[in-house]
Order: sequence, then C-alpha cells, then structure tokens
Amino acid sequence: MNGTKMRVERLSAYYGKTKAISEISVGFPERKVSAIIGPSGCGKSTLIRCLNRMHETLPRTRVEGQILLDGEDILELDPVHVRRRVGMVFQKPNPFVTMSIYDNVSVALRFNGRHSREDTDKAVVRSLQQAALWEEVKDRVDAPALSLSGGQQQRLCIARALAAEPEVLLMDEPCSALDPVATAKIEGLVNELKNSYTVIIVTHNMQQAGRVADYTAFLYLGKLVEVGATADLFERPKERLTEQYITGRFG
Amino acid sequence: MDRPTPSSPTPRGPRRSRHWGDLIFAGLVGLGGAGVLVLVFAILGVLLYQSGLSFRAFGWQFVIGTQWDVRDNIYGVVPFVSGTLITSAIALVIGFPLAVGSAIFLTTQAPRWMRGPVGTVIELLAAIPSVVYGFWGLYVLGPYMRTNVEPALHRYLGWTGAFNGPATGTDILTAGVILAVMVIPTISAISRETLAAVPISQREAALSLGATNWETTRVAIVPYARSGIFGATILGLGRALGETMAVTMTIGNRDAVPTSFFSQGQTIASLIANELTNSNGPLQYSAIIEAGLILLFISLLVNVLARLLLWRVLRVTGGSTE
Ligand SMILES: Nc1ncnc2c1ncn2[C@@H]1O[C@H](COP(=O)(O)OP(=O)(O)OP(=O)(O)O)[C@@H](O)[C@H]1O
Ligand SMILES: [Mg+2]
Repeated sequence: MNGTKMRVERLSAYYGKTKAISEISVGFPERKVSAIIGPSGCGKSTLIRCLNRMHETLPRTRVEGQILLDGEDILELDPVHVRRRVGMVFQKPNPFVTMSIYDNVSVALRFNGRHSREDTDKAVVRSLQQAALWEEVKDRVDAPALSLSGGQQQRLCIARALAAEPEVLLMDEPCSALDPVATAKIEGLVNELKNSYTVIIVTHNMQQAGRVADYTAFLYLGKLVEVGATADLFERPKERLTEQYITGRFG
Repeated sequence: MDRPTPSSPTPRGPRRSRHWGDLIFAGLVGLGGAGVLVLVFAILGVLLYQSGLSFRAFGWQFVIGTQWDVRDNIYGVVPFVSGTLITSAIALVIGFPLAVGSAIFLTTQAPRWMRGPVGTVIELLAAIPSVVYGFWGLYVLGPYMRTNVEPALHRYLGWTGAFNGPATGTDILTAGVILAVMVIPTISAISRETLAAVPISQREAALSLGATNWETTRVAIVPYARSGIFGATILGLGRALGETMAVTMTIGNRDAVPTSFFSQGQTIASLIANELTNSNGPLQYSAIIEAGLILLFISLLVNVLARLLLWRVLRVTGGSTE
C-alpha cells in the first residue's frame, strides 16, 4: 500500500454564500488513480479545483478546512508554488491560442525557472511523448496549437501540464469533449501516468472510472457519500445512495 | 425560410414574405445604407473637384513641396503632412503605454471595486470637448512646458538636435502631448474591453501551470487581446491625425517644416481651420482643399495597412479576431 499523497480534512468551499461542498474528508493515495464521481452539480469540479487552489481565483470564493500535500497544509503555502506541484487539466481543452504547439509545452518550463534551449527541447519532446501526441505532431511542432483537433488539443494540454513536472495531476472530465478513440487514448495515458504521478480524475462516466481508477469517491449534493477501492465501490456499495447512482436508478 | 425544396413541386406562394412591416423596414435600412454611401462619394467628389485648380497648377510638386508661400502663390503640403505625422507619433509614443498600461492594470491587477469607477473616469476624458483641451494646453500645459519640461529636455537631449530652439510652449511637442491625453481614453477603453473579454480558460491555463499574476497577464491575457489593442491604437491614431481645435490652439501655426520638437508648426487639420475661411485667392483655397484630400488618404492608408497587418498576424498565429 502506498502512502497518502494528498488528503483533505473537513473541506468546505463557498461561492459567495453558497456552500458548494461541505466538510469533505478524503485521502488520495500516492501513484494511484483516484476518481471522483457524482451527478452534475454535486461539487466534483469545486473539490478538485480546491486541490491546486484554483477555486480561490474566482471572485467571492472561500475555502475552509485543511488540504494536505505530503502532510503540509497547502492553504498556508504560496499558491503559485502549490500549482507547480499540483498540475491541472481542464474539461475543455484550453491551449494558449496565440502559441505554437512547441510553445504551449515549453511555456510551462518558463514559469518554473530558466532552462537551456537544449533542456527545453528535451522536456518538450518527453512531455509530448508521455501525452501520446509526439508521433502525430513531431513534424509540425511550430504549427499553431489551434490547428490540432479537439482530442489532440486535450493531449497537448496534458503534455503542457506534465512539462511542469508536477507531483499530482488533477483532471476535470478530460474526455467529456472527445470521441471514443481519443477517450481511449487518454485513458491509456492515465494508466501510464500513475507510474510516476498521483492522478485525481473527475468523471461523469462510470465505465471510465471502472477502467482507470484504483479508488473512487462518490459525491452527492456537496457531501462525500462513499469512498473505496473502485471494484468494491461498484460491486459492493455500502450506501444505498451509491448503489442507486451506479445502477442508474436515481432521483 | 419557406423556400421550396428542389424535390417538391414549386408551390405558387410568394417566394418572399410580403409583410408591410418587413417592407418598410427593408426600405428604411436600405435608404440608410445608400445614404451613407452617397455622402461618402459626395464628399470625395467635392474635395476632388475643388482641389483641381491646385492639382493642375502644381501636380506632384504639391505632394513633395516643402514651401507654403502665400505671397508667391506656391503651395507644397510637406510642412503639414510632417506636422500631422510628428504630432500623432508623439501622441502614440506617450499615450499608448499609458493607455494600455492603465487598461492592463484595471483588468488584471486593480482591486475589483476600483475597476468600474476608474475606468469610467478614464472614459470621461473622451467627453471633454476638444476646445477645452486646447484651452488647457494653451494656459496650463504650454507655460509648464516652456518653463520646466522643454529646458530640461534641451539640457539632457539637446545633443540629438531634435530639442533645440527657443522653448515657447506653443509648438509641435505641446500639441503632441495634448493629443496624447486625447487618445488615451479611446485606446484605454477599447483595450480594456478586449482584455476583459479574454476567456477565463486562458487565464486558468496559465495559473494552473504555476504562473504568477504577472506571467499570466504577459503570456496568456495580453497576447490573446493584442489584435483588439492594436485596433484600439489605430482608432486613437485616427483621432490624433484629424484632431483640429486643440492642435490649432497649441501648435504655434507656422507654415513651415518643423526642424525640432520646439518648432512652431501646423497640421493639415489646423491648416484648414486657420486658413480656409480667410484664404487669399482661389489657388490657396484649392491647395487647402487638396491638403484635406491628402489627410483623407493618410487616414485611409493607416486603416488599410492596419487591417492588412492584423490579418497577417492573425493568420500566422491565431487569436481573437475582433
Ligand atoms: N462560479 C460559480 N459561481 C457560483 N456557483 C457555482 C460556480 N461554480 C459552481 N457553482 C455551484 O457549485 C455547485 C457545484 O458545482 P460544480 O461545478 O463543482 O459541480 P460538478 O460536480 O463539477 O458538476 P458537473 O458534473 O456538471 O461539472 C453547483 O451547485 C453550482 O451551481
Ligand atoms: Mg464539473
């Protein structure tokens, strides 16, 4: 059993006066894939955005509780440093539209200090390879990022996140805008990534959680209902709510 | 709408709807469009017609002539073209950084409560009538330039040759500074809008990679908005090129090519304001009209070049297309 890389304790997050998630406590094991599932609006994105302090970049938002990364409360650290250690891939691909494929990846290195031209080249290639995009773009890394298809753009965003060499990778429904082939590529990728990263992935798709996640947490109305090994949660749910949700009998 | 599909037999109903409201609306809109076109061509026609005398007298000499001699009736437009371009350049060199800086500050750095009010104040600068700017330039800015700014510029930059001559405070430089103040609201307001319209996903992309606030602005936000900022700058330049009253009151009104920023000069707009109504004869009148035509061409050229440039930049690298 690996140690716990990240752990939240009694975490609540607000938008203005609205409490989007309420007193959630859950751990995310190191070098494993943890999935967060639950119906729309239950607070999955809010939870994951707390983990790299993106939540508080929106106006009038607030967080209560503790978010521990290697036992240290990230709410007490500089958010810029936290985000260098905890990377994020968003639901909709968001490459920098004015940049080339190469620059989209190398810019992540620029934020993380100076690198020689040679190191940058190597890191860009390595990240694109890890994101399973290199073969498709190796002849045109200077082309605009927007010349890529949606699925390629999403893998570019993954490469960009990986180039920053985070310890934890957060993915918020990374496949929701993609077709089954691109989805399969990204799922394969997630399986690879857990050899070196701790991955936390939000998904709407329970088959996807079943395929990629070692652990799964089920959220409902801003509260954590149940968390456990993915197989256990799907086959022997402890809570009625979980059972109803995963069998599609809901509401 | 209800156009028949090729497979079905053509129904006998009307192809276009015949509601009275639609007809009246289409007529009114068409009239408006046609009216604007007619107006543009009418203005152009009058300018061309009235500048004919001067064009026949001087030909291309008018465009490259550096003399504007009312006594000998020899007219060349270079003094005013150079006055126009130099004052507008000063306006952009001073106004652009201030305007874009304020726009970036207000959209990315300033506390939220400050954004609306300060933005409005900057936009209010555009509501001040230009005669008031001229007045202020003449009685406040001019004297200050004469006693403080220009002597200092001469002391430190006199060796360049561009800051020589008597410091009078009514000269090319003062007119340029006034213009700078006048273009700021235009450039700042439109830049602010484009910057505010940058999708939050671009900002979050940078932040999530561990970018600082400043890096996010520099790498994600400003590049995305650059075409809008560029367009705003061209609009500001358009305003500077054509501004009349404030320039006329501060530039010194001398019909000669400026040799220094402290020279008295004249822009095309100020020439027209100063001399058209009291010209000494038909040839001078016609020459002034031809100068106006050239101002029109300069503005047109600036706009066309800007569009071409923008189109090339966007085609190569993408970005917002406003
Ligand atoms: N920017 C915001 N301002 C105000 N309320 C918000 C904002 N974003 C989310 N919320 C609210 O917070 C709650 C949780 O939203 P969240 O986006 O975390 O849900 P989610 O589980 O990710 O849903 P989905 O599966 O649809 O993405 C919702 O009730 C939503 O209305
Ligand atoms: Mg979501």
